[in-house]
Amino acid sequence: MKYTLAILVENHAGVLSKVAALFSRRGFNIDSLSVGVTEDTKLSRMTVVVDCDKNTIEQVEKQLNKLIDTVKVKVLPEGGYLARELTLVKISCPVKQRAEMMKTAELMNAHIIDVTATTVTLEFTDTSERTEIFLTMLRPFGIRELVRTGVSAIEKGVQTARKE
Amino acid sequence: MNGAAIALEALAREGVSVIFGYPGAAIAPFYEELSKRDDIRHILVRNEQNAGHAASGYARASGKAGVCCTTSGPGATNLITALATAYMDSIALVAITGQVPTDILGHDAFQEADITGACESFTKYSYLCKDINELPRIIKEAFHIAQTGRPGPVLIDLPIDVQLAEAEPVFPQSVDITGYKPRTKGHPVQIKKAITAISEAEKPVICTGGGVVSAQARKELTALAEQLSIPVVSTLMGVGTMSIDHPLYMGMLGTHGCPAAKKVVSQADLLILCGARVGDRTIAGRGQIKSDAKIIHIDIDPVEIGKNMSAHIPIVGDIRLILRALLAESEPCSHTDWIEQTAQWKKDSLAEEQEYADHVNPRRFIRLLSQKVGKNKKAILTADVGQNQIWAANSFNFEGGRFLTSGGMGTMGYSIPAAMGAKLAKPSREVIAVCGDGSFQMMLPELATIMQHGIAIKIIVMKNGRLGMIRELQETSFGHTTDCMELGSLPDISKLAEAYGIKTCKVKSDADSNEALDLMLKSRSLFIIICSVDENENSILAPVSEDK
Repeated sequence: MKYTLAILVENHAGVLSKVAALFSRRGFNIDSLSVGVTEDTKLSRMTVVVDCDKNTIEQVEKQLNKLIDTVKVKVLPEGGYLARELTLVKISCPVKQRAEMMKTAELMNAHIIDVTATTVTLEFTDTSERTEIFLTMLRPFGIRELVRTGVSAIEKGVQTARKE
Repeated sequence: MNGAAIALEALAREGVSVIFGYPGAAIAPFYEELSKRDDIRHILVRNEQNAGHAASGYARASGKAGVCCTTSGPGATNLITALATAYMDSIALVAITGQVPTDILGHDAFQEADITGACESFTKYSYLCKDINELPRIIKEAFHIAQTGRPGPVLIDLPIDVQLAEAEPVFPQSVDITGYKPRTKGHPVQIKKAITAISEAEKPVICTGGGVVSAQARKELTALAEQLSIPVVSTLMGVGTMSIDHPLYMGMLGTHGCPAAKKVVSQADLLILCGARVGDRTIAGRGQIKSDAKIIHIDIDPVEIGKNMSAHIPIVGDIRLILRALLAESEPCSHTDWIEQTAQWKKDSLAEEQEYADHVNPRRFIRLLSQKVGKNKKAILTADVGQNQIWAANSFNFEGGRFLTSGGMGTMGYSIPAAMGAKLAKPSREVIAVCGDGSFQMMLPELATIMQHGIAIKIIVMKNGRLGMIRELQETSFGHTTDCMELGSLPDISKLAEAYGIKTCKVKSDADSNEALDLMLKSRSLFIIICSVDENENSILAPVSEDK
């Protein structure tokens, strides 16, 4: 099963490597990891998606909590959070195919951010599931380059990960 | 003040009086300042690994963090094994390594090694100090992290330009680390649940581990076992919690443990794990205990609960406080039938040790040693890794004394440097290192350190001319290969010792042991006993038979 973790860590050098090293050392599989600074500039927030069983996620949570630089770890409750990821994709698209490509982009609510005579670059933000659908639709054009940030997640409603 | 002087002042403020180390170019300013201080003694080891082990022995005997320092590059990498050893056994260490100047960090400079990176998984925390103004805080935090919660090694990598930079230091009085607030008191609800489970159990057993020793909760554990009349087994790291002769003590658990201990655990309906992480060499799997047995797991580190075995009643916190709460809140009870049964198993598994005519019976020898030092009840015994360790753990009677060994990592070459450290922490106590001829040769250079600094430890070498435990393992589990385990060209240890100016005594049979031990215990300086052990002597004991 896939679990999404919100991890608040001290925002200083070396912390990302400590977290990443923990996952590899303990044999936990990371599906995706994204990181950035938070409303409190002293803290960074990581969103990590882990594919594992219930016992393992307990260990992941405890091991992360044990790291000195970790301020808060929360396994986001199923159905209780919103997750998005940013995708940048460069596709082959000669002029004659542009109209069709634009229809696809409009349908999926993607933005065209760069155009050449032979390619188009699109920006797409949505859930991982919708991203997969989007990419399936683009595949016939020919995907030349794909960049995904991994999921960032936030809880629904007034809940925050930091304070409960 | 320069960075080196600030570092030393900060160490002195943490109560550091001994540093085990090995100098080098990148740590030179630190050594320059160290030589100016009368309040901090430096012990020059002969290999950096042993600086770490000696600091570990010091930490375990003194109850506060041991300190070691080395230079950058190879000095630092030589230390890694000692840090890993301390990490596995949860020993509080603060290690300081010199580092190349910050402006050429990452340029593969002479003797540059990314030591904080390399030690990531072997340290509780590590710092690369690039700013002299952060140094006082870093050192304060390092000691706090090393010594509190579940203890462990902390590494401070100190570039030479930071050691030489000048600043007016501000030494913090306290520590505040947002993400590090170890829990101390056990949750009252969990304690209530544990008391109920204990009162309902018919065949409870306590398993004491290294956590009980490091929490200094040995008295509390014994008191609880007595109050509730519960038999006690021990992990290798928990050895020394109770006297071997205590009627409730069943012995060490594990592959090389006491058969009675294994039997008790396999029959129990309630297993109370205290500061024991249920390592694979202790309990290989859930199959070794009854499938319906309940488990109470007490540990300061929440990670340990459920890592190797799921627990019905987890209690996180300081073991001493939790045991005190259990003592205060539980009523005395007696499990008469169970206690009688377990006592019988213990009796059955304690065979009378035979006297050998042409060799030394190592178990008998350790038992005799234990009786001889009996008057000096707070003796510290260090053991190396291998058969010598098992003989020591199973046969020495620790009455208030301590047993120091590399439990988790199984690092050969631990016993002598650890004994050095322990003796410096507790000069008035008898400190004895037991090792094999394999491990002895690994740490041989430290004999010079011991003589140079006048550290009066005693060493017992179990000489069998081979790597005994591996020989035993190859024979029992693989084939019969012993070729690669033979220590050919074994030097005459007495002559070697003589070269260092050390007195020795050879013990060829059990008949000689009495006199030799008296001689050793009378000695006021380093003394080595060399025991001739049969090369086929084993360390695994036969199990208690099924029908009993």
